[in-house]
Amino acid sequence: MRAALFVTCVNDALYPRTGIAVVRLLERLGVDVDFPAAQSCCGQPQYNTGYRHETEPLMRRTARAFAGHEFVVTPSGSCAAMIREHYPRIGRKAAAEGRGGELAEAAASLAPRVYELTEFLVDVLGVTDVGAYFPHTVTYHPSCHGLRGLGLGDRPRRLLTAVKGLDLVELPGAEECCGFGGTFAVKNPDVSTAMGADKTAAAAGTGAQVLCGADNSCLAHLDGLLRRADSPMRTLHLAEILAATEEEPLP
Amino acid sequence: MTGTYLGMPAFPEAAREAVRDEVLRANLRHATHTIRDKRARSVAELADWDRLRAAGKAVKDHTLRHLDRYLLQLEEAVTAAGGTVHWAADADEANRIVTDLVRATGEREVVKVKSMATQEIGLNEALEAAGIAAYETDLAELIVQLGHDRPSHILVPAIHRNRAEIRDIFRTEMGSWGRPAPEPLGDDPRELAEAARLHLREKFLRARVAVSGANFMVAETGTMVVLESEGNGRMCLTLPETLISVVGIEKVVPTFRDLEIFLQTLPRSSTAERMNPYTTMWTGLGPSRGADGDGPAAFHLVLLDNGRTDTLADETGRQALRCIRCSACLNVCPVYERAGGHAYGSVYPGPIGAILSPQLRGTGTEIDASLPYASTLCGACYEVCPVAIDIPEVLVHLRERVAQGGPVTRGGVRVTLRPADGRTAERATMRAARLLLDHPGALRAGERLLARARRLAPRRLPGAGRAWTDSRELPTVPAESFRDWWARERGDTQ
Ligand code: SF4
Repeated sequence: MRAALFVTCVNDALYPRTGIAVVRLLERLGVDVDFPAAQSCCGQPQYNTGYRHETEPLMRRTARAFAGHEFVVTPSGSCAAMIREHYPRIGRKAAAEGRGGELAEAAASLAPRVYELTEFLVDVLGVTDVGAYFPHTVTYHPSCHGLRGLGLGDRPRRLLTAVKGLDLVELPGAEECCGFGGTFAVKNPDVSTAMGADKTAAAAGTGAQVLCGADNSCLAHLDGLLRRADSPMRTLHLAEILAATEEEPLP
Repeated sequence: MTGTYLGMPAFPEAAREAVRDEVLRANLRHATHTIRDKRARSVAELADWDRLRAAGKAVKDHTLRHLDRYLLQLEEAVTAAGGTVHWAADADEANRIVTDLVRATGEREVVKVKSMATQEIGLNEALEAAGIAAYETDLAELIVQLGHDRPSHILVPAIHRNRAEIRDIFRTEMGSWGRPAPEPLGDDPRELAEAARLHLREKFLRARVAVSGANFMVAETGTMVVLESEGNGRMCLTLPETLISVVGIEKVVPTFRDLEIFLQTLPRSSTAERMNPYTTMWTGLGPSRGADGDGPAAFHLVLLDNGRTDTLADETGRQALRCIRCSACLNVCPVYERAGGHAYGSVYPGPIGAILSPQLRGTGTEIDASLPYASTLCGACYEVCPVAIDIPEVLVHLRERVAQGGPVTRGGVRVTLRPADGRTAERATMRAARLLLDHPGALRAGERLLARARRLAPRRLPGAGRAWTDSRELPTVPAESFRDWWARERGDTQ
């Protein structure tokens, strides 16, 4: 099987380790991974801040970069939700505003081929035990777009529970937003910080060593708060945990 | 704190104060979490909740699509039942109509059952200016009114107050509005309720004019429906001689049978109750109302537009008019929980307020332009909404209106809005970011530059970036981007 990796702009520039982990993990599971170099950002920051028109070129680019791929996998619930939920909407609006049906068609063709990582593992590859080894106590924060936008359900937790040596502890108030929210984090810094502080306090209260998530944007916010508070807890993307094995532990 | 919302600061500034107020945050957290859990339990009891939700959405959408027809049908039915219908295009007109109606009775005071519509138009202030005293009779409204405060929640307007604060307000304020609070007064809920009961009873028995809102209006029968839980509403609706109801035009439903849906979804969504304690319905003067029977001898219905038909003209935004004001979205909203209701600068706080106010009032003021951004788009509000309003979708739609401008209807006229003031820098940033992201070559060069300078990265950023680094560390820039790793590992030449 072949799959194209949509690494996302945040992971490309700031969290390459997540992308590398996805490549290792998928290859270990027998998937040939492509990385179309023409890919860039999905346009979510622009769209969510109210700049829909600025989103359109990025949407066109994304659709073109993945045109020939049957499976597009991304380690970000919010970018997957952007493509699946919002691209069709943006395409329809562009068509209604007389900019042709081209964007609408691009969206309609791309949206069903995009999978968030845990969806791809569980639904397409049909695995929950990916052969990972990670002997630590972990708590999991399900980011909102994965949880409510994509309806990932218990897929991430099933994958984590199957990891050898891993002790998964329940995060109280797990379904509550962490307060990142894209530009919300800088437009409403006080509320954003208050929400994040409650989330990190809940995580610290579990006694876990690692706060795991499947969206590095949320983790950047939570990690920033933890580090400012000199907390010993560290944040990790789910892909890094799933990629770790006894032979090749996390670097 | 004044009773009006004029000149409110933008949401982030207003929220900052609330976030720092530990007592307020604790009050809000406790109240919202309690009701949120109870709601989830009572909703889970109904096996057909999803279908009720879909049915409620469908009825409301159908009604909104044919609003003109149903409003005319309603007017006819109300008139046939002995009531009088008045049409008010905006707040001023509605206030004038009500003031004139009260004046015509010769009375100088009215009792009120909690009504969002009259708060929206500032009726109490308008009546006061005309020398007429308006007394709120809902317990929480009473607390807000006595405390010279503003409501901060749709359903529990005094949610931001705790018992000790309420006792102090009763003690110091009740006397100047009527019967003083009994002495000594403790902060036990029963004692507080009894003090309110005694205070209010005097008002109910004396008042000859009442002002109400309505949760629903039935077009086919002309029936008004009010849901409340204390019985104060029923007192207002039955004791006085004149009843004036001020109701937003979106509250109409076509048939009596449609109530079946909402009488199940509204109480469960709002107070987590299976059935509402007091549901009062009246049709005009009815056979037993008027001079010879029970109830008022005169009934006036003021149908309020105040921005609603303009909202209706917007394809994406109009779904906000489906709202049945259950307040479930407030109770699950993590932003509301921290910021409190006052920060939203409107009688409609929380997620619904963030999409309703900038539509009813326009996005012209600082507070209204900031409201669409008062959300992380986490989607919890959409998930609980009993009429399935996609609040995040409308938020993004309104952000676009603020950031890019676009066509809107104001006062029934189609106009094109220009982007809100002060967005030049943001627009430039978004455009620059897009240009960079749309050129992977440039992006790659930028990433390399960043990687090379990573040791020089400051701990605190200047300008807009300060909003991040004031409270959070920045992510560490890696030595190599993913793109470069791939090229190096896989030997792809790009
Ligand atoms: S938007 Fe929905 S959840 Fe919020 S108050 Fe209205 S009906 Fe209730």
